[in-house]
Amino acid sequence: MLLRKVSQSSALCGTILRIPPVLSGGQRQAGVVALQNSRLYASEAAQAVLEKPAAVGSDAATKVENKAAAAESKSFAVGIFKGQIATAQVFPFPSVLSQEQEQFLRELVGPVGKFFEEVNDAAKNDALEKVEDHTMEGLKEMGAFGLQVPADLNGLGLSNTQYARLVEIVGGHDLGVGITLGAHQSIGFKGILLFGNPAQKEKYLPKLATGEHIAAFCLTEPASGSDAASIKTTAVQSPCGQYFTLNGSKIWISNGGLAEIFTVFAKTPMKDPKTGEMKDKITAFVVERSFGGVTSGPPEKKMGIKASNTAEVYFDNVRVPADCVLGEVGGGFKVAMNILNNGRFGMAAALSGTMKSSIAKAVDHAANRTQFGSKIHNYGVIQEKMARMTMLQYVTESMAYMISGNMDSGATEFQIEAAISKIFASEAAWNVTDECIQVMGGMGFMKDAGVERIMRDLRIFRIFEGTNDILRLFVALNGFQSAGNQLKGLQKALKNPLGNAGLLAGELTKRAKRKAGLSTGLTLQGTVHPELAQSGELTVKAIEQFGLVIEEMLIKHGKKIIDEQFVLKRVADCAIDLYAMVVVLSRASRSLSQGHASAQYEKMLCETWCMEASDRVMRDIKLLRSGESRKLFKNLRAISTALVENGGPVSPHPLGF
Amino acid sequence: MSGRVLVGVKRVIDYAVKIRVKPDNSGVVTDGVKHSMNPFCEIAVEEAVKLKEKKLIKEVVAVSCGPQQSQETIRTALAMGADRGIHVEVAGKDYETLGPLQVSKIMAALAKKEDAQLLILGKQAIDDDCNQTGQMTAALLDWPQGTFASEVSLDGDKVKVVREIDGGLETIKISTPAVLTADLRLNTPRYATLPNIMKAKKKKIANVKPADLGVDLTSRLEVLKVEEPPQREAGVKVETVEDLVGKLKETGRI
Repeated sequence: MLLRKVSQSSALCGTILRIPPVLSGGQRQAGVVALQNSRLYASEAAQAVLEKPAAVGSDAATKVENKAAAAESKSFAVGIFKGQIATAQVFPFPSVLSQEQEQFLRELVGPVGKFFEEVNDAAKNDALEKVEDHTMEGLKEMGAFGLQVPADLNGLGLSNTQYARLVEIVGGHDLGVGITLGAHQSIGFKGILLFGNPAQKEKYLPKLATGEHIAAFCLTEPASGSDAASIKTTAVQSPCGQYFTLNGSKIWISNGGLAEIFTVFAKTPMKDPKTGEMKDKITAFVVERSFGGVTSGPPEKKMGIKASNTAEVYFDNVRVPADCVLGEVGGGFKVAMNILNNGRFGMAAALSGTMKSSIAKAVDHAANRTQFGSKIHNYGVIQEKMARMTMLQYVTESMAYMISGNMDSGATEFQIEAAISKIFASEAAWNVTDECIQVMGGMGFMKDAGVERIMRDLRIFRIFEGTNDILRLFVALNGFQSAGNQLKGLQKALKNPLGNAGLLAGELTKRAKRKAGLSTGLTLQGTVHPELAQSGELTVKAIEQFGLVIEEMLIKHGKKIIDEQFVLKRVADCAIDLYAMVVVLSRASRSLSQGHASAQYEKMLCETWCMEASDRVMRDIKLLRSGESRKLFKNLRAISTALVENGGPVSPHPLGF
Repeated sequence: MSGRVLVGVKRVIDYAVKIRVKPDNSGVVTDGVKHSMNPFCEIAVEEAVKLKEKKLIKEVVAVSCGPQQSQETIRTALAMGADRGIHVEVAGKDYETLGPLQVSKIMAALAKKEDAQLLILGKQAIDDDCNQTGQMTAALLDWPQGTFASEVSLDGDKVKVVREIDGGLETIKISTPAVLTADLRLNTPRYATLPNIMKAKKKKIANVKPADLGVDLTSRLEVLKVEEPPQREAGVKVETVEDLVGKLKETGRI
């Protein structure tokens, strides 16, 4: 588009005028300004996108600063939206454990696995709808409740990678226990680890680490799920400033009935320093049940993870001392998002363990079941299922350890990748286990086989900790924001074309080449192992086209892109597939370089994955570009509207009654 | 009485692993295979730690003979509650031919050096099933032995041992210092908890060479061949008892 316009009008400046509202009059974030009054969805997505630059550079956030921040991003996911390949965090596959850390981790893996095989009884926990008492005691003694708490505060001080490895074992045995542990340490008291001051850490962490106190994360309310910014629980500061009075109710709180320590998010009325008017901003608090006024309801009856306690928690005029504020007053939303972001890799790790376990069951069945005279693993239909199952597990595992490795190496920008891994892992695990049941046939449906329980446990993973739908919007909007910033930077350059001739010439050439489907010089050669060159090429082409279509979407829709959820969903799907491709390229490259016994096998996994993923990405891009997409989206919208208006299916019965 | 108990722990292929014979029939495949502490050695460690918890003895020292990886096994013992470890380095060819005779010489030397009150071993290892080391060590030291112990109680300078024997249970009383070997029902070994594994990192493991103890590792045995048990063959159905007797005579069974 840009190219055509340039060729039509000789004046480069003419193009500025064509570059739509996205970039014009931009004060701050391009294309995201409208989020100031965002109502609809994804407060998490929208607000996070909004707040991120707020966090980056307060009110001095000029275009320049934002552009600088975006341009310097090391995140691969951010890069692809600009048609760039940021390799720093993805190649080579991270190896972050020191020899000592690795040895220590090896020693831990055995006992944890043994405990789950010999002591924990997942079926029993599911039937009782609680974790058996002796198992809870054993887990506490084992140190499972304080894996990442510093050693001097009674914890094990594990790094993210070490934590991921252990959580993988838990995921492979009992997701109900996994959630009990995760709700406690991955989100329940993570806020204290990330934002607590030394006094708070010393006061709370020791008992939390031993499991003497259990923690819970309290954000969701009856009227506020995805729209987290709309919570209604209030915390009003006393006139003397010494305490806050907390009132409200939270629902679906994991460990709600067991916890002693709650990380609670509430609205605190605050005076805006600039305008002087009272505004409600979210603040995070550490609330102890012993403060009084804290009660919890009975355990909810659920489809899965039955062993995990889920309950409503009520706060009735609870007096919370002012020194229980976590982080800054009014800074609670950031606290919440950071906590969730920080714990996401854990989910991918746990689910990769779950998938391993489902796959093992499927393999065992396929290798031993004879029908029509052969073992069923000889049949193409079964072979396709098994191959797909293991590819999905390989990708998930690679994502989990890439992200944990990045985090351990000090990366600060991984929120898009973390969100991608959560979406991917939860959907992959669901599909893998579903196919496992299919391979096992009727047996898979029976309780004793143990797979139906895993299926029930898995359903919630696509919903909690940020629904996959919201996270897709987050991935897309985050990406659009940085791409938009880059375009803005370009606009600035266009205002002074002579002074920026080189930059502009470069950009035009790049765009011309991309539009023509030619390589822009972007390459993974030298980064990816030579044997994977072909897959690398597919990836590069896909990224180039992706970058192009992102720009086209921005130019086409401008600010309104945030409302185009049909587009955003597909954009996110592409980003997920692209990250998945790069992650397996990285892992398989490493295996080939290190001459692993399984290197050729991994090469096959990588090539197969890249072939199919690249097809999907190209297909989505084609759809987004085509005029048909408009019609498609319009129809989908109209069908839904009619359905809602009618309160049910609209078409009359084929029989007429 | 020194109040010191020595416990021998052996690193073996994990009980759950499917053993595979090497293609050249020289032994079994050990590379890349999961190893862990011999289950009877775990029971021995547990008994020693229990005695310490009851304050009947003062120190538990875990000993293992083998290559670098044996240190992992010692660490597991430390995580279960042993106070310190001794790693007797034996590698390469020496390790391949290491058997009860050599190990018992090492154990005897260490028991004297450490002035041990008790030496507790597992009754046998699940890889070679020798059931000899405890007995040989006792003989070399000229110490009394309480083998196949299913119950142990200290009484002053004597030890009461209930032994599992073919005919049932036998109770004996022996003087210390003594050698005990642990049988299955002696106790249920505790799980190494993660905090204990962490604490174990700080405990010391001393390195010792067999030569330092004046032990000669030459083996009197040579392994000629290792092979899998023969595949179970299909049976044959017969119609009558006469046929059965006839077939049995035919194959020389009767």
